[in-house]
Amino acid sequence: MKTLVDLKLGEEGVISAFQHDTDLKNKLIGMGCFPGETIRINKRAPLGCPIAVDVAGYQLSLRQEEADCIILQSE
Amino acid sequence: MSATTAIHPLNIAFIGNPNSGKSTLFNALTGLHQKTGNYAGVTVDKYTGSLVYATPQKQYAFTITDLPGTYSLYAKAPDEEVSTKMVLNQNALSDVIVIVVDASNLKRSLVLATQVLDLKRPSVVVLNMIDEAQKQGISIDKKILEQDLGVEVVFIDSRQKIGIDELKQAIVQAKSSTVSFYDVKAASRFEEAQKGFAGVLRLQFGTQASALKHYESSDLMYRHSVINYILSKALKNPAQLRLKLFSERLDKLLTHQWLGYLIFLAILTLIFQSIFSLSEIPMGWIENGVLATQNFLSEQLPPGELTNLLVNGIVSGIGGIVIFIPQIALLFLFIGVLEDSGYMARVSFIMDKVMRPFGLNGKSVIPLMSGVACAVPSIMGTRTISNFKERLITILILPLISCSARLPVYTLLVSVMVSENPNGSVFFNAKGFILLLLYLMGFVAALLVAFISKKLIRQTSKSYFVMEMPLYRLPQLKNLMLLAYNKVRIFLIDAGKIILSISIVLWYLSSHGSAKFDEINTQNEFSANTSKAQLLLENSYAGQMGKFIEPVIKPLGFDWKIGIALLTSFAAREVFVGTMATIYNANDSENTDTIRDKIMAERDAITQVPIYNTAVCWSLLLFYAFAMQCMSTMAVVKRETGSWKWVIIQFLFMSALAYGSAFSVYQLLA
Repeated sequence: MKTLVDLKLGEEGVISAFQHDTDLKNKLIGMGCFPGETIRINKRAPLGCPIAVDVAGYQLSLRQEEADCIILQSE
Repeated sequence: MSATTAIHPLNIAFIGNPNSGKSTLFNALTGLHQKTGNYAGVTVDKYTGSLVYATPQKQYAFTITDLPGTYSLYAKAPDEEVSTKMVLNQNALSDVIVIVVDASNLKRSLVLATQVLDLKRPSVVVLNMIDEAQKQGISIDKKILEQDLGVEVVFIDSRQKIGIDELKQAIVQAKSSTVSFYDVKAASRFEEAQKGFAGVLRLQFGTQASALKHYESSDLMYRHSVINYILSKALKNPAQLRLKLFSERLDKLLTHQWLGYLIFLAILTLIFQSIFSLSEIPMGWIENGVLATQNFLSEQLPPGELTNLLVNGIVSGIGGIVIFIPQIALLFLFIGVLEDSGYMARVSFIMDKVMRPFGLNGKSVIPLMSGVACAVPSIMGTRTISNFKERLITILILPLISCSARLPVYTLLVSVMVSENPNGSVFFNAKGFILLLLYLMGFVAALLVAFISKKLIRQTSKSYFVMEMPLYRLPQLKNLMLLAYNKVRIFLIDAGKIILSISIVLWYLSSHGSAKFDEINTQNEFSANTSKAQLLLENSYAGQMGKFIEPVIKPLGFDWKIGIALLTSFAAREVFVGTMATIYNANDSENTDTIRDKIMAERDAITQVPIYNTAVCWSLLLFYAFAMQCMSTMAVVKRETGSWKWVIIQFLFMSALAYGSAFSVYQLLA
């Protein structure tokens, strides 16, 4: 199963579902990470975490373990 | 004619996503006609403003409440909860709800808008910063949007040049939407859905909160599909992600592997230096002004108890409050620039991993650094940290950072210590080295306490770092000035009350005493080596308390005279120097050298050994480095944490740290 953590810098994927944490799932959806939206790794913080992603027309930053909650569609 | 004279009051609530320009719009409408306070029971700032709007037929008095920014009415934090409760409560002060939406990001921001519209209350949707959306190539069909949302839509540009009058008009004509944006059928599993979507939303504050959690995501996704359908009709040339070039380029620099930290360090240095040096000038004015007022009053008024209270209790107490204004204003101007420009989000981004092991947040860095100038504005500045635990830890450790009020104390004691051991050379400035050591100890102690607090304080809410990285924007001067103005006012009103009361108590303790005190007060002749002021202080209640606590502070190497200074220092640390001047009868309290010489000449009455030896100096230095001797800080901690609990905990652990380290160093060196 592929999650957001598996994407490299500049790569993009399509959100399919969420895992681990219902609160976080609700928060992410509330901030625009809807299933079906394209998500792209824009940059990484200098120490590797957090990361910044382009999604729903804006930029969102989140930690690695939070990124692991976002499951991507497999091609 | 009579119709125009009646004024119709209208209460309006502004709600919107963070970074939607909601507060800027609020400032543009209400300007200086703002009030600040707290929402009941939570430490969330409440901003209300007023304005008068006249149409040819009627005159309206608008009272606008600027609700905290939120992404959704499913609240995730205390400030978001305030917003949700305010719009859910029919009786809350809002006849009309204005939903402020970032025009360049409709897909996300209409989620909140549709939730609010589902409450079926009179509403207006504002598409804010419409010019920025147009710059990104987005064109929006207002008619279709109005039709599909069921309420009036107003376009406003980012400089508030267009759309303001239209908004005022739309507010007085506001109707509730007839459209529903939620899955009515799916919601019907909750009995409360009979009261509409508002009934469903209220569940989050009740016993069925966890059941609602599973409904939440399906509701959000349903809205998403409705919004996508509306936008497919109303949006032309939908924005492409790659258009935000300027922000992208700036990010390459500001979040760069090492340049990012270098630039951040430079900005920190600039802020810290500016707070330190720029505030010196107005602080000098305030000091002189207070002094002049005191002189004027004592000359004009008849001598007596009341004059004494006014001059030395009230005026000096007010002076002690007003002196903080320059630093608070300056820090918030800087914080405002960092927040409004979008840079603060980048600071959090690059600092998060560094601060996390200590239970802190990337946003803790700026308050901690500005703590070197003063803890009071810095503690107020921790509001930018949204996670309560991380904010609390930042507040708890902040007073351990050596602030500018400790500097006079350090300077005096270090000069006493170094003149006793003049073994410095041209290449090694012993004074500078000891000062640096003291500042470093403050930082190390702060991080250690943070680390321990992280383990001890039970997690009340999960720490998420899901955060918007807004596009860079030029901050607006009006916003910055209003932020500084409001923060100064909050401090003056809330913390000022506490500070003034404690000043009056301290004044009473050091200017009143038992029979002996009154006896000295009537005398006029004194021996050559004692002055009236010296004897009075010695016999005042403060002096007696100094003697009373002597057994406790003896193990630290302190005598009762130092005890008096410790007590009076509670008002503010720098009072130490003035008290020492009075105790040791140094006539010129402005000149530190005089006090230093007096202190160095002080000998033990029996053994004739100098009192202020290296051990005592180190002990005092460490005590002042770690002790909570600042009533202003305590007043602000009370306000920012909402209870005395954390004030007491902070006071206790800092006292323990101060006593413990002073004790250890004295016993080691003596």
